[in-house]
Amino acid sequence: MLSRVADSMYWMSRYLERAEHTARVLGVQLNLMLEQDPRSSDRRWLRVLGSLGHPGSVTENSDPFTRAQTYALRVITGGIASARENARQVREQISSEMWEQLNRLFHEVRRMESAGLWQAQPLDFLTVILESSHMVQGVTDSTMNHGEGWQFIQVGRFIERAAAIARLLDVYFHEFPAGQPMDSGEHMEWIGLLRSCTAFEAYCKVYTADLRPERVAEFLLLNNEFPHSVRFAADHLQRSLEAINQAAASKRSPRVAKIAGRLSAGLMFTPLEEVVATLAEFFADIQRQCARIHTAIYEVYITYPVEAAIEA
Amino acid sequence: MATPGFDETRLSSGPFASYHLDSAFDEMFDAERQPRKHYRALYELLLSLPAEELRRKKQAADISFLHQGITFTVYGRDEGTERIFPHDLLPRIITSAEWQTIEKGLTQRITALNMFLRDIYNEGRCLADGIVPREMVYSCRHFRRQMRGVTAPKNIYVAVMGTDLIRLPDGRFVVLEDNLRVPSGVSYMLTSRQVMKRIFPELFRHTDIRPIDHYPEALLTTLRALAPEGRGEPNIVLLTPGVFNSAYFEHTFLARQMGIELVEGRDLVVHDNVVYMRTTGGLRRVDVIYRRVDDDFIDPLAFRSDSILGVAGLFNAYRAGNVTLANALGTGVADDKALYAYVPKLIKYFLGEDPILDNVETFLLTEPAERQHVLANLNKYVVKAVGESGGYGMLIGPHSSAEQREDFRQRIEADPRNYIAQPTLMLSRAPCFFDGRVEPRHVDLRPYILCGDKVTIVPGGLTRVALRSGSLVVNSSQGGGSKDTWVLQ
Repeated sequence: MLSRVADSMYWMSRYLERAEHTARVLGVQLNLMLEQDPRSSDRRWLRVLGSLGHPGSVTENSDPFTRAQTYALRVITGGIASARENARQVREQISSEMWEQLNRLFHEVRRMESAGLWQAQPLDFLTVILESSHMVQGVTDSTMNHGEGWQFIQVGRFIERAAAIARLLDVYFHEFPAGQPMDSGEHMEWIGLLRSCTAFEAYCKVYTADLRPERVAEFLLLNNEFPHSVRFAADHLQRSLEAINQAAASKRSPRVAKIAGRLSAGLMFTPLEEVVATLAEFFADIQRQCARIHTAIYEVYITYPVEAAIEA
Repeated sequence: MATPGFDETRLSSGPFASYHLDSAFDEMFDAERQPRKHYRALYELLLSLPAEELRRKKQAADISFLHQGITFTVYGRDEGTERIFPHDLLPRIITSAEWQTIEKGLTQRITALNMFLRDIYNEGRCLADGIVPREMVYSCRHFRRQMRGVTAPKNIYVAVMGTDLIRLPDGRFVVLEDNLRVPSGVSYMLTSRQVMKRIFPELFRHTDIRPIDHYPEALLTTLRALAPEGRGEPNIVLLTPGVFNSAYFEHTFLARQMGIELVEGRDLVVHDNVVYMRTTGGLRRVDVIYRRVDDDFIDPLAFRSDSILGVAGLFNAYRAGNVTLANALGTGVADDKALYAYVPKLIKYFLGEDPILDNVETFLLTEPAERQHVLANLNKYVVKAVGESGGYGMLIGPHSSAEQREDFRQRIEADPRNYIAQPTLMLSRAPCFFDGRVEPRHVDLRPYILCGDKVTIVPGGLTRVALRSGSLVVNSSQGGGSKDTWVLQ
């Protein structure tokens, strides 16, 4: 398929995943805020900013709460607009149901923004985003041919997810190091982390409601059945990249599948004790590997130099 | 004289109550207000169906167009607005004998025009022999001196032509203009037929209508025939300016129907005078480009350097014979509206034949005598800018204000080469359906002519309708619509 088309599929899906993740994290924090000590508020919102990958700038004077809200809203609305713009460029390659869903979400967000729903009922606003995003993904999986284009959509979704969850875990474990006694406020924070990954119920089914940071880390990193775990995302990422490798029949492309395979294998075979012993390093490594996979996808499939392709 | 079974009073009642004949040729009724033989089935059907049923059919057709997203873009406003293409419910019917003349005439025309293009970009015989004035060719905005000495594969410069025909009051079809650059509209011809089959199955069953559905296949065969020599199974692509272009719907439609890749300029790269497209599987060589990008924008190195729609180096690859462009570059010189006046002479010169389809009488404003005459009678003529299309840059004398005429007078005097004048023509009228009533409206006809190993014209075309009562402008950008066109066996 054309590189431009692959590029648009990838970003369409990646932007949508980013908007969804941001909406979820924000929703969870707004909820937690209702029953927590206002004095810890600044710290919590700084953590949100960090976990959403906010570059952090010294020139900003506003309080962390306002800053986090503004930033998250921008990521959500900008992400949806970019997802739609990418879809528009390849409208003929995706199903019309997908286009309609995404287009509807875009217009709905614009309508809600201008109606002031974001200020008045932020949780309702975020619920619409989450539901519509799920809808787009469901429609994508059930109406689009699961060919190369769909695999690029999968790649965009799971690479974004793996990196975002690793960053979220990184921030939490930095602030609440494992192995220390937990107070009730901290207990709520760990529930918040699980909810940010839609994982609370799934966690309880595996470990019961007994919350322990090591288990949270194990679940969100290494569980192979839960769709919002890093391992699940990495497995699907690798699978899709292998399918693309087959479809594209490119001589250089085993490289991408190999890099993705290493990420997946690391999550599969690293013993839990070792992971726990080097948590911070482990999280950072996942993010680095995701960035490397992204670069490799571009180098092999999208913006490869002409000279290299001619010689091959 | 009344035909048996035909009741004169019916014309003044029912859906035809407000149908009046005037000096224009009427496609459905003859001078005695009798329905023509080939229109009789449609006429009877319109009389027999309740108005409610016709309205329902019209609605079903509109919804079908809406859902298929059959749209075009209107330029010249704040932003390009996407609109549903207005479509009239009633077909325009052409007899087999009429079509034979059209087919022969257009085949003759595209053959002569291809010979003319080859000639002016190479030996220039017709210039040396004084058939066409040299300055007429060289001053044309669409003449591409970069094409000097470039020979198109099989000498086919124009592979796809859309010629606008009109029918005069005496019933003859004449050529109003040729479109030799990137003619559009064929997707409306094809989709409108699909819709009509669903709306009027009863008519299709009892009328021998020649099919047009093979157009995409014929286009693909034509493009394949023009591939550079020795390229086994050629890779053919359609080059579009992108989603913002007014005909983007058509580009996607044709690419899908032909099963070829729809590419934008940024998808193509030229290396060592060979064109490739960037795919996830690496670079893939491109052999034939059905380009829907204008000459000016196709290669920033050879033409407009500010174009971002084109492909740098494409022209060199073309000149090296490594890729075919259809249509070739510089074909617009032959559809210049002033050069149009010379086409009958060119047919005679290159083929030694008399033109089968006549031209419309045309005044060249570079000739002082003709210019004086036209300027003195501006309210009687239609004045057109020679390089424009789509109904832009036109003055329709009888419907113009003194201000508009003054504006055109100044423009003509400043640059007479840029304008031509034609008498105001009575385009023929065909029945159209408006909310329960049938009324006549002016129409033209644009068949699509393909030229590869042989000339192929699918029997039909785009019949464009001036939907406003009395209006003579059929362009979609100026409030025109379309009709399905049926050619009978």
